[in-house]
This record gives sequence, C-alpha cells and structure tokens, in this order.
Amino acid sequence: MLEFKSISYSYHTKSGETAAVSDLNFTVGKGQFVSVIGPSGCGKSTILSLAAGLLKPSSGEIIKGSGEFGYMLQRDALFEWRTVEQNIFLPLEIKKRNTAEMRARAVGLAEKYGLKDFLKKSPSQLSGGMRQRAALIRTLAAEPEILLLDEPFSALDYQTRLEVCDDVQSIIKSEKKTALLVTHDISEAIALSDKVVVLSARPAHVVAEHMIAFGDSPKSRRNDSRFAETFEVLRKELGI
Amino acid sequence: MKNTMNFSGEHLAYLKKQRRRKIIIFLSRWLILALILGLWELLTYFKVMDPFITSSPSRVIRTIGSLYESGDLFRHIGITLGETVAGFFIAVAAGYSIAVVLWSSETVRAVVEPYIVVLNSLPKIALGPLIIIWIGTDCTAIIFMTVIVGIILCIMNTLAGFLAVDPTKLTLMKAMGAGRLATLTKLVVPASLPALMNTLKVAVGLAWIGSIMGEYIVSRAGLGYLIVYGGQVMKLDLVMTATFILCVLAGCMYGIIALIEKFVVKQF
Repeated sequence: MLEFKSISYSYHTKSGETAAVSDLNFTVGKGQFVSVIGPSGCGKSTILSLAAGLLKPSSGEIIKGSGEFGYMLQRDALFEWRTVEQNIFLPLEIKKRNTAEMRARAVGLAEKYGLKDFLKKSPSQLSGGMRQRAALIRTLAAEPEILLLDEPFSALDYQTRLEVCDDVQSIIKSEKKTALLVTHDISEAIALSDKVVVLSARPAHVVAEHMIAFGDSPKSRRNDSRFAETFEVLRKELGI
Repeated sequence: MKNTMNFSGEHLAYLKKQRRRKIIIFLSRWLILALILGLWELLTYFKVMDPFITSSPSRVIRTIGSLYESGDLFRHIGITLGETVAGFFIAVAAGYSIAVVLWSSETVRAVVEPYIVVLNSLPKIALGPLIIIWIGTDCTAIIFMTVIVGIILCIMNTLAGFLAVDPTKLTLMKAMGAGRLATLTKLVVPASLPALMNTLKVAVGLAWIGSIMGEYIVSRAGLGYLIVYGGQVMKLDLVMTATFILCVLAGCMYGIIALIEKFVVKQF
C-alpha cells in the first residue's frame, strides 16, 4: 500500500544542510494502522510530507498503491467562517468533486459518527473532541485510501485525548482505511496501532518494528498487562 | 439555558449596574457636546470671544442655511463626498489587488518592499505640484491625491492580514492539493476579512485627509475649498461650517464601516 525504500531527506537552510531522514525503510499494509514514534524533532512530520508527496525525497523511492491521501493535522484547522458542514465539504470543493452525491456521502459519514446536530453550527460551538472528529470526517469526505495523521491528538487535554483517540481509531477501522500516524506518545501508539515503527533521533532511521496483536480496542489494550510490557520495550528503544 | 426569570439577585444587580454604566456613558457623551456648543454660543453672545474670529454655533447654522438657499451646500458636499468615496474605493480595491500579487510571490514581495517603505514615509503632499502638472486641476487630481494618500497603507495592512493566516490551515490546504487560487479564495480572503475591516476603517480617515489636502492644493469647489477660501477672505463662519460638515460626514462614513464590520466579523 505504502512502502518507504531507503528514503533519505535533507532540509536546506542558509546555515546549512540538515539530514532529517536517512535510509528509512518500512511498509504500511492495506488496512493496517501503523504508528511511527520517535524522539521529538526527529523528523516525524517530514515522513508524512514525504508520503503525501508534499516533499520529494533526496534519495530512495516511495512506492504507493492507488488512491489518495487524507491529512489530519495537530490542530483541527477548521475554518471559523464556515459551518461544520461547509468545513466537511472543503476537500470536495478543492478536489473539484463537489457533487450532490459526494456531499450526501460526507453528510452521511458525519451523521453516522455523531455530528448530525452540529452540521449547521459554527466550529466554535463544538468541544475540542468534537472539533477533531469533524476534522476527521472532513479528511474522510474526499474518500482517501490512506490517512496520514500528524499527532492529531496532541493539542487536546488528557481526558479528551483518550476519548478522541479511541473515537478516531474506531472510525478509521470501521471505514476500513489504512492509516499512518506519527506521534511522540508511546501509549497512544500502542493503543491504536497494528504495527509500531520506532525511529532513532535525527537523522531518523528505523530502530525496531513491533506488531501489536493483543486486545481488540484501544480500551482493552490499555487494560491488558502486555500494555505495560510493550511500553517498557518501546521506551528503552527510544532511549528515554 | 437560563432566562431572566431565574437569575440570582446578585446577577440582576450586576446587569443593572452594567445598564446604568451604559446610560451614563451615552448621556455624558451628549452632555460634553452640548456643553462645548453652549459655552461657545454664550461666550460669543456676550462678546467675551469675538464671533468674527471664532464664529459661533448659531452663525454656523445661519451659514448652512444661506449655503442651502443659494444651492451651494449640496454642491460642495457632493463634490468632496464624491472625491472621497471614489478615492477610498480605488485605494482599497487597488491596494487589495496589489496585496494579492505581493502575497502570491515571496520574491516580488522582497523586490518591492523598499519602494513601499519609502513611499509610505513620503509626505504625499510633496507630490502636489507634480499632480497638478501631470493630471490637471479638476477633481481627477484630487481623487488621485486621495488614492496615493491611502493606497500604501491599504497594501501594507491587507498584506499583513494575508500573511497572518494560520500556517496549520495553509498546510491543510496544501495537503488537500489546493493551488494558489483555491488557497486564496477559500482560505486567505475569508480568513483576512477582519484585517480588511480594520484597513477600511483606517482608509476612510486617510481618504478624507487626501481629498481635503487635494482641495487645498487645487480646487474650485468642495468643503476643502470652502475652508481655504473662507480663511483667505476672513470668513471664519464659512471655515467653521465646512469643518463642522466634515466632522459629520467623516463620522457617518466611519459609522457605516463599523456597522459593516459588525455584520461581517460576527462569524469569526
């Protein structure tokens, strides 16, 4: 579905060249939820930009399956001057697929995931969790195959974060989407993913990969004794 | 949701206090105006001040009356208002368009920046003689003056509004595959509406400065002309009257913009 093959990427600034990613290899299978964790500033967001084609790798190859990408950012970035519904239609307008059928589908998704009563409201009337849910529906509206999630929960307070985290995971799973999440939060990665990829400090490369097989929901995973074990393993690999 | 029925006594007292404060502010404003006008009138009536030098409210009203009777009142107001409004719209529209161009290219922005800085600090009245020679002495020259007084600020304020757009939202647009045009129309223009409203407010003031300044340099009619003419022939009633009408007009125009702003920015 998505494969990084010995990818390197460097930033160029006046003061010099910074290698953000070096010889990076990992794959995201169809329908898989993969998390990438790494120390802060290790170039995690760069990986998503590379996957989405917003940045071109300095060397290496990214093999993509068919289908589009949908991006979810650290903050919901809902437009205050649009209603929730109009926000959800935004990608349709931009991708010139603003047909009645696509709009109906998007509204269907919103209603299915509890935004029915908020569609005509302004984003400012929504709670932080609801806003992030609206942002997810916006991302899904254009029917992407792969979701790229850039620490989408980091701006939320702890309680909302757990809630939204579970919420987003179940929506992504039930819509059968492939997802690539970057985060610095180990427990978030364990709770959500089928596979966790651990990165080194900059320039980032893969230190280890773990398949997470226990539990069938983020909640059941957090309650599982293997959660703490996995956490310890990942923590050591990150060197913190 | 609460309604007035079950507000606590404390909250009712708070509301009452707020209401009273509003009334006091409103009354005080009018009282100050009445005091100034009343004192002015009295001092000139009892010849403490010479009404030939200071004019007086009653003489201003009489002057307005005689200007009205001779049919000159609305001619002068119309000319100045026309120049101001035309200059205002041209400055805002041209300033906005130039800001869009500057927004779309960082390189163009860097190239043009020193010119904008210099033009911004240049006192525009210095261009007066050039404007007369190049454009002439009719109201086009005055509109031109109005435009150059306002346009640089319109460009700078609008551009600042464009560049202040939330970078996360820009990334989002990019990630959705939006081009420059879509980013501009769907994000940058609506997001910078509050900044535009602020620009309009300042631009209105500058438009009046421009048109009156233009009329000082070259004109045969208009409120600025009345002020200059009145000063030259020592008809201070005329000067005061024109100034008074200017105050009212400028206040009204600002009020209209403030009203539009209230309506537009409500959604933010």
